[in-house]
Amino acid sequence: MAAEESYPGELKYHPEHDWARIEGDEATVGVTWFAQDALGELVHFEPPEAGATVAKDSTYGEVESVKAVSDVVAPLSGEILEVNQKVVDAPEMVNEDPYGEGWLLRIRLSDPAEVEALLEQNAYEQLLKDS
Amino acid sequence: MQTPLRTPLHERHAAVGARLVPFAGWEMPVQYEGVIPEHKAVRSDCGVFDVSHMGELHVEGPKAKELLQSLLSNDLDGLTDGDAQYTLLTNERGGIVDDLIVYRLDAGHFLIVCNASNREPVYAWLKEREIRGSEVRDASDEYALLAVQGPRAIERLGLPEAKPFTHAMGSVGGVEAMIARTGYTGEEGCELMCPAEDAVELWDAVVDAGAVPCGLGARDTLRLEVCYPLHGNDITPDTDAISAGLGWTCALAEDFTGVEELRRIKEAGPERKLVAFMMEEKAVPRNGMTIQGGGEVTSGTHSPMLDRGIGMGYVPAASAAPGTELTIDVRGKDRRATIVPKPIYKREE
Repeated sequence: MAAEESYPGELKYHPEHDWARIEGDEATVGVTWFAQDALGELVHFEPPEAGATVAKDSTYGEVESVKAVSDVVAPLSGEILEVNQKVVDAPEMVNEDPYGEGWLLRIRLSDPAEVEALLEQNAYEQLLKDS
Repeated sequence: MQTPLRTPLHERHAAVGARLVPFAGWEMPVQYEGVIPEHKAVRSDCGVFDVSHMGELHVEGPKAKELLQSLLSNDLDGLTDGDAQYTLLTNERGGIVDDLIVYRLDAGHFLIVCNASNREPVYAWLKEREIRGSEVRDASDEYALLAVQGPRAIERLGLPEAKPFTHAMGSVGGVEAMIARTGYTGEEGCELMCPAEDAVELWDAVVDAGAVPCGLGARDTLRLEVCYPLHGNDITPDTDAISAGLGWTCALAEDFTGVEELRRIKEAGPERKLVAFMMEEKAVPRNGMTIQGGGEVTSGTHSPMLDRGIGMGYVPAASAAPGTELTIDVRGKDRRATIVPKPIYKREE
């Protein structure tokens, strides 16, 4: 079952349709409702290795639907603490619960100040409206 | 850019929130609810596809059959009124200009349904080769075409049983249509051709009968699971029927365009073969990916029924047997696959 459109207020957003939930110097990241809806039912998540690092605005993996493949961009820089193995095994989790069970990575932030550059919910929603 | 063409059902698609995409010059629904649920509806029950973008050509006259037999690969002699046949329009090199279905209406009247992307080349090919006593006419704009597919399609439409590859006039929901027992999903079902102005009424009747609207996304995953080739991907003007495993559509005793070359390839054996494969690792193969050892993926997707990557591609004939392991370059990563017999998916009896 696909999720209803939503952009939770407690998250920060990247214009490439990624979200980040900040918890101290760690963050959980994933793709937004808009991104999963545009792709359709996901059938594959090609994750990076745990322990690798991701760089803000750079590609760290791929999500793939029946029809198309798309890069996933890191909203923040850091070291990968955990890859969501549940999504690797059942990528449709991202469609069903993009901000919950469908998270993609947990990272330790290498530069917490980068958070300042991310969008708040209302700014991200405005970006969707304008695009 | 040219304004995309729209089928008579465009407003119906838009009204239910179909995702519309450009395809072969048309704006077509790629999905409604989602590719996977639509795919499963066709495998388990019944789905309906608007395929009005496909081309319909009439070939008429006392020499219509003679014209077609000189251009099409399959033997038209076996057809009687009410029969349909899958066949290939071939070029001098034995390459495939298009794959199409020819319907015999009567001895001097045939209807051809061809791919949307090849409507103009197919029409031009036939028109240029018209002989005295034959006439080719593009009637694509006059018709809508709906494919109603699935194990319950015939029952839901209240139609009588009929043999595959036959057609007859009939009525569905009060709309007169040509009802053909053909399709592109590997399931039972039919294709309904009606005048464009009746399309909405026919569509509504089919949906009211319980058919799930399906887009081109599911059409592609369904056909690939059963290894029906897609022109432009798996077969092209540069690939021949023998290499593509379509030798059964070629009456090599007949005299049609390119037959000498096809006889030569058959005699010598093709250098490459179009094979089906399943991924052994989590990865989705796609058109254009390299297969190690001199091969190329021509179609690839994620199979909704098998829940894994599947595809077709050309490999050297010497290593084309089922069970052979393949390595496919999926965006820079080597992924393992195995050649499997066609079709890739078959319902468990």
